Amino acid sequence: MEPGAISLRATGRGRRRLLVNRVAESSAVLAAVLAIAVLAVVIWSVGSRGVGAINLDFFIKGPSSDFFGGTGGIAPALAGSLLLVAVATLIALPMGVLTAIFVSEFAPVRAGRQIRLWLDVLNGFPSIVIGIFVFTLAVKTKVPLLGIGHHQSATAGGFALAVIMLPLVARSTMEVLRLVPNELRDASYALGVSKWQTVIRVVLPTSFGGILTGTTLAVARAAGETAPLLFTCAIAGQVVDWNPTHSVQSIPLTIYLDSESADPALHQQAWAAALVLILFVLVTSLTARLLLERSRKKLGLQR
Amino acid sequence: MLARVEAASIPAGPLPRTRRLGDRIGDGLLYGLTALAAILGVLVVFAIIWRVADGAWPAIKFFKLGFVYHNVWNVNLNGGSFGARDLIIGTVVTSFGAMLLSGPISIAIGLFLSELAPPAVRAPVGTLIDMLAAVPSVVIGLWGIYVLAPFNADHIAPAIHAVLGWIPIFGGDPHTESTVFTAIIVLTIMTIPITSSICRELFIGVPSELEEGSIGLGATRWEMVKTVVVPSVRGGVVAAIILGLGRALGEAIAVTQVIGNFIPMGRSLFAPGDTMASRLANQYQGASTDRQIAALIYLGLVLLVITFITNYAAQRVVKRFEFQRTGGA
Repeated sequence: MEPGAISLRATGRGRRRLLVNRVAESSAVLAAVLAIAVLAVVIWSVGSRGVGAINLDFFIKGPSSDFFGGTGGIAPALAGSLLLVAVATLIALPMGVLTAIFVSEFAPVRAGRQIRLWLDVLNGFPSIVIGIFVFTLAVKTKVPLLGIGHHQSATAGGFALAVIMLPLVARSTMEVLRLVPNELRDASYALGVSKWQTVIRVVLPTSFGGILTGTTLAVARAAGETAPLLFTCAIAGQVVDWNPTHSVQSIPLTIYLDSESADPALHQQAWAAALVLILFVLVTSLTARLLLERSRKKLGLQR
Repeated sequence: MLARVEAASIPAGPLPRTRRLGDRIGDGLLYGLTALAAILGVLVVFAIIWRVADGAWPAIKFFKLGFVYHNVWNVNLNGGSFGARDLIIGTVVTSFGAMLLSGPISIAIGLFLSELAPPAVRAPVGTLIDMLAAVPSVVIGLWGIYVLAPFNADHIAPAIHAVLGWIPIFGGDPHTESTVFTAIIVLTIMTIPITSSICRELFIGVPSELEEGSIGLGATRWEMVKTVVVPSVRGGVVAAIILGLGRALGEAIAVTQVIGNFIPMGRSLFAPGDTMASRLANQYQGASTDRQIAALIYLGLVLLVITFITNYAAQRVVKRFEFQRTGGA
């Protein structure tokens, strides 16, 4: 080294600071790797243990009770989950979208902020408590007109799932409506179009994709919920049943009951049902997310 | 060339109403409909509180506040006697345990995603961690029973026991499968995606001028995080952790699957226990007497009150940061 040249190599205190920095950075990377590793292990466990029990019969047959017939399939649970989620979506989608329209198009800022706050509080309620709420509302007591009450039903279970979905649909729709450029609304008003026509013909079509994906995410969440169904739609028959006033089986509850059972064959069925559920949930939420990202970019470019 | 408008050609008085009747009705209708939906949505929150309190009323009258400090869960022909002390303790222990583990990990993930990771890595890693939140709790619970619990009992718990076994909470038999410890790990896994994604948003919101200023003054990245990024959103980070805690307090299914549903709680984490939400999930079919049903709803009410307070407080703080960032939009 030439005399008088300054070394850029850190020494002493500076060295220690760099070392501390290196350790901190590594632990941040490690934390992220750990979280992804857990996801991978969960998916791998479910996949490797569940795939063996999956065949056509698994999807089209009901649970079999004969001694040598194995555990049969999960057709009633598939149909039940479909029915429950359909009921929930029928309630939560219009309610959520209308709420979001009110907040983004009509409400004063303060009112909008309050509504958002309470929806977030609702989102934070334990799902089991929402199940109890619906239990006291529509299972313990009689509901006039709907033909439900005094017993569990798919309507009650679907309503509980709707309460879970409502804040999710409303919040995601609000986010998308906020992305609709104000220039579009102004252009519509400048042409003499009234407010309701603007909302229906301009704002909603522009944000349709976003609302759809937000709803899909909420459906994925509702399809996997078990706790709200325990008190509202748990004790059910063993056959495919499309009557919403009856209690029906569902995939999450099948997994729960099978996992608690002592019969190893039922454990196998639980893993297979879990594989079906996890595939449905992950594939739908992943697709919805990618689409959402795309429509967000598209709206962003127009701005 | 612009045509000059003669002042006289503008009609005096207000402009004629050109809005069609249909538009006036349509505007009113849409306003009314959307306002109704919004009000109903908010009312659901209060309806839940009211109905659960109402359903719990017989038990509240019968057990009064003794319900929260007695420890008994006995069903008999007289109706049974119920007290939730150990269930409340179990809920607090599992949730705080999960918070202690998931807090630092979530902050680290938030920092990784906002400050450290190259842009090309951020989006996919963020999505994967969000996917962890999408895994249904019943699936996490199933995995908890048959994969995590045996692994804990064979490897992790004995290792901790060997080093820290002299502390009562790590005492007992580390080879037990259904344990409070496993429940804590399951809850940690379930809260990490929630807390880390809020942390990421908070850290991204820190003005880059501040960060660049700190780097420019010669700070390392860690020193910048420690002295600029985290302090400027400290309240938000606390709120994010509390929101994760709220999730952990209310989680029923996954916990009931792994915790062993047993009271009285032992002193050790390597022993079975129970939580409020887990007891509710566990007893849904067994509820035989009216008093037991009322007691279960009372339990739900206690849980609701606790989660309501934690969530409301945390939401207010998070909202403040959102407000700062978006300027109140």
